[in-house]
Amino acid sequence: MSHVTRETLAAAAKRDLEAILQRGKPLTPKERLAIVPQEMPTQDPQVRRRTMSEVALGYTAEQSRLESLRCLQCRNAPCVEGCPVRIDIPAFVKAAGEGDIQAAIGIIKRNSLLPSVCGRVCPQETQCQENCTVGKALKDTAKAVAVGRIERFVADWEREQGKALPPSVKPETGRKVAVIGTGPASITVAADVRREGHQVVMFEAFHKPGGVMVYGIPEFRLPKRIVEAEISALQAMGVEVRTNFVIGRTRKLRDLLDKDGFDAAFVGTGAGLPKFMGIEGENLVGVFSANEYLTRVNLMKAHDFERADTPIFRSRVVAVLGGGNVAMDAARTAVRLGAEAVHIVYRRTEKEMPARIEEVGHAKEEGVIFHLLENAKRIVGDEQGLVTGMECLRYELGEPDASGRRRPVEVKGSEFIMPVDTVIVAIGNDSNPLIPRTTGGLQVTKWGNIIVDDTGKTSIDRIYAGGDIVLGAATVILAMGEGRRAAASINALLKG
Amino acid sequence: MNAPPFPAIIPGYYRYSYRLILMNRILSKTQLSDDVFMMKVEAPLIARERLPGQFIILQINNDFGERIPLTIADADAEQGWIAIIFQTVGRTTHLLAEKNVGDTIESVLGPLGHPTHIERVGTVVCVGGGIGVAPLHPIVKGMKAAGNRVIVIMGARTKSLLIMEEQMRALADELIICTDDGSCGRKALVTEPLKEICGREPKPACVVAIGPPIMMKFCAEATRPFGVRTLVSLNTIMIDGTGMCGGCRVTVGGETKFVCVDGPEFDGHKVDFDNMMKRLKAYRRQEEHAHEQCHLEQAARQKGAAVA
Ligand SMILES: Cc1cc2nc3c(=O)[nH]c(=O)nc-3n(C[C@H](O)[C@H](O)[C@H](O)COP(=O)(O)OP(=O)(O)OC[C@H]3O[C@@H](n4cnc5c(N)ncnc54)[C@H](O)[C@@H]3O)c2cc1C
Ligand SMILES: Cc1cc2nc3c(=O)[nH]c(=O)nc-3n(C[C@H](O)[C@H](O)[C@H](O)COP(=O)(O)OP(=O)(O)OC[C@H]3O[C@@H](n4cnc5c(N)ncnc54)[C@H](O)[C@@H]3O)c2cc1C
Ligand code: SF4
Ligand code: SF4
Ligand code: FES
Repeated sequence: MSHVTRETLAAAAKRDLEAILQRGKPLTPKERLAIVPQEMPTQDPQVRRRTMSEVALGYTAEQSRLESLRCLQCRNAPCVEGCPVRIDIPAFVKAAGEGDIQAAIGIIKRNSLLPSVCGRVCPQETQCQENCTVGKALKDTAKAVAVGRIERFVADWEREQGKALPPSVKPETGRKVAVIGTGPASITVAADVRREGHQVVMFEAFHKPGGVMVYGIPEFRLPKRIVEAEISALQAMGVEVRTNFVIGRTRKLRDLLDKDGFDAAFVGTGAGLPKFMGIEGENLVGVFSANEYLTRVNLMKAHDFERADTPIFRSRVVAVLGGGNVAMDAARTAVRLGAEAVHIVYRRTEKEMPARIEEVGHAKEEGVIFHLLENAKRIVGDEQGLVTGMECLRYELGEPDASGRRRPVEVKGSEFIMPVDTVIVAIGNDSNPLIPRTTGGLQVTKWGNIIVDDTGKTSIDRIYAGGDIVLGAATVILAMGEGRRAAASINALLKG
Repeated sequence: MNAPPFPAIIPGYYRYSYRLILMNRILSKTQLSDDVFMMKVEAPLIARERLPGQFIILQINNDFGERIPLTIADADAEQGWIAIIFQTVGRTTHLLAEKNVGDTIESVLGPLGHPTHIERVGTVVCVGGGIGVAPLHPIVKGMKAAGNRVIVIMGARTKSLLIMEEQMRALADELIICTDDGSCGRKALVTEPLKEICGREPKPACVVAIGPPIMMKFCAEATRPFGVRTLVSLNTIMIDGTGMCGGCRVTVGGETKFVCVDGPEFDGHKVDFDNMMKRLKAYRRQEEHAHEQCHLEQAARQKGAAVA
């Protein structure tokens, strides 16, 4: 696929939009379906392989309007069903199509607090865009109305125009809520609870707030300044953010309630416990969890070889195990750090890859090599303990199982060695046990996820939880949705 | 990276409210030997919760600094300080050594790790090698307070590198000093007296060994034939210190463990020290470069100061 420049896309959109506006007549559904789906302008793959700056550049104003005009304003709005927080998609897209960006963002913000983030990182193709009528009519989900891209455009516009004012806060109630973690679930709780006039203190183990959005998802996909702006907004509302504070160690969860005067607490500590494969050679030098690799770069800025004190392994040939967003992020980061070859090794086929389709596409454009239906068996090293290769096995699709899915089964005797000097394990995260371990009476599932009822309350009164710590590794928008629910319960509790 | 920043809502983002976190101010600084320093740092929240065997992670500069783990060598909950003792081995420890009383450290996180399991068991042998004497000190103190008879073995390459001799002498029921060159105490490695003590009747109830990995490895080998339980405190490379990255992992009894949350203390007879030592060298080339750079910068600064 050859790269189309932003200028070309912008010029085409301008021309098409003008043509439509000049007619002055409302569009018929057929005409709407005939509008060219607007491609996301991106940096040239050859250029972006060497920089951390954002790959997707965002729609131009004309692209946003034109894309919005593709929406058929369906009565039953199947798109809304697909959005975990039920944004009124037809309404905001209509406003965006009319060029009333202010109105559009207002509609989104009724349901979502982090549209700049979700517009960028939501797996839209399995959510709002999956059942879009336009996509169905054109027989291609990729041609559905690009709801996420429009959402990103209007949210960015608001922030860039300096119009993103922090929500107003009701008079102080004197009640105090502790929010543990600073990821999307926690940010949502902090905002919603603070709005009601309760005092909010957020606790973050790291030296910077933002959770996975800051230490995991790379700059080239989600610029840090966007998350920073969200945190600034919370601070402007009077939320206190205490970094370098690990609940369970610096202070126990129960002590916050029993001794420190908090009336309620929300636990949004995420799924930060990297899984390993349990194969031979996994502790060799050059084997990293994706969390470690990404944290060194995103949070500790190790890619800035000149200025950062945190080192990063200088790899030549990298294998990344896994097929999710985390694997794509790790692989594309390795490309940017100068690796000569980066391989993604995934046990199933591309169809099963949980990563966003757009990111798989971006990874391919950047030269990441995909090995499907293959899996690591063991990692081999030299006498200094450095990785020299990875033994892999080939798989083929077997008979369909009960769910109708064809499971991969290994091909006997298909072992081969892939010469690599770095292996990044990105096969998922479990929940961090620190809080359950140090909080007597807090019930968790056998995978360590905190159990909550349908108000978001845990087994302990006045303690709520949400996000990845409850759902297992999930998504930003789901974490936000959970945060909304818990915040509503906390606000109800504190009212009574 | 070069994209223009969006106008932030509040100018000067990242000015988190530190209202209730104290500023991690350095209250005192003492040089214990050529390259070992002790600092008391204002950290009342950590001082309140910490127990012997726990550590902190500090970062000098939140934007580009490295996060490094250091044991809490001592603390006073009433006065709200913790003490750290560190050896200048690389860039971050050098930068830290250049800080003075009244300066602050941007990030101090803790207390991390499991505290040492301290109970009355009888005779305990505490072995400290080099800088390992510092993290050993609170454990000796705790073991003593629990009513144990404590034998301390301290080792260093040479006399000038010995630290905390006085403090240890004041606590220990028996103190044995070893140097490689015989400039102080016995001319021996710490494993030598350790073996002798394990051969005594009754055998010591347990051994705690903290020092360079190679020393801990041989201490564990020394006690193994006697079947004396041997705890070691591992000093792997860390980032978060909360179990999130897995960078600190070691193999213990064939299983992968995270030192920051499962440790830092483990059964020395089960630790795969060889793998751990290899992992510690992962960034050696880059670290040496940074270290050298650091000395050059330091020299330049001193020269600058002399001129001014
Ligand atoms: C590399 C990567 C890429 C991803 N890509 C996408 C994507 O494209 N789209 C998408 O929707 N989702 C993506 N996700 C998933 C998404 O980021 C998470 O689902 C989401 O961030 C979960 O939010 P959360 O609020 O539950 O917690 P998190 O964002 O995990 O934040 C939890 C915070 O709590 C802190 N914390 C933990 N324990 C303690 C404690 N004891 N005391 C104090 N603080 C503590 C942590 O340091 C962390 O900052 C990705 C995840 C990763 C790792
Ligand atoms: C739980 C724990 C407690 C510790 N307590 C103390 C303490 O009380 N006092 C003290 O002086 N040191 C302690 N250390 C070691 C200390 O963390 C390292 O000396 C420090 O990270 C070096 O940082 P640097 O930037 O100055 O050097 P770097 O440039 O990072 O490293 C310089 C040299 O030290 C080695 N090194 C790097 N990281 C470590 C490490 N974590 N442990 C051992 N060697 C390392 C490198 O291989 C290299 O040869 C502890 C480590 C752990 C894990
Ligand atoms: S389903 Fe598609 S076309 Fe219909 S309202 Fe939603 S976005 Fe518009
Ligand atoms: S929040 Fe996510 S799922 Fe909902 S409309 Fe926006 S992009 Fe789609
Ligand atoms: S330091 Fe990251 S898991 Fe231990």
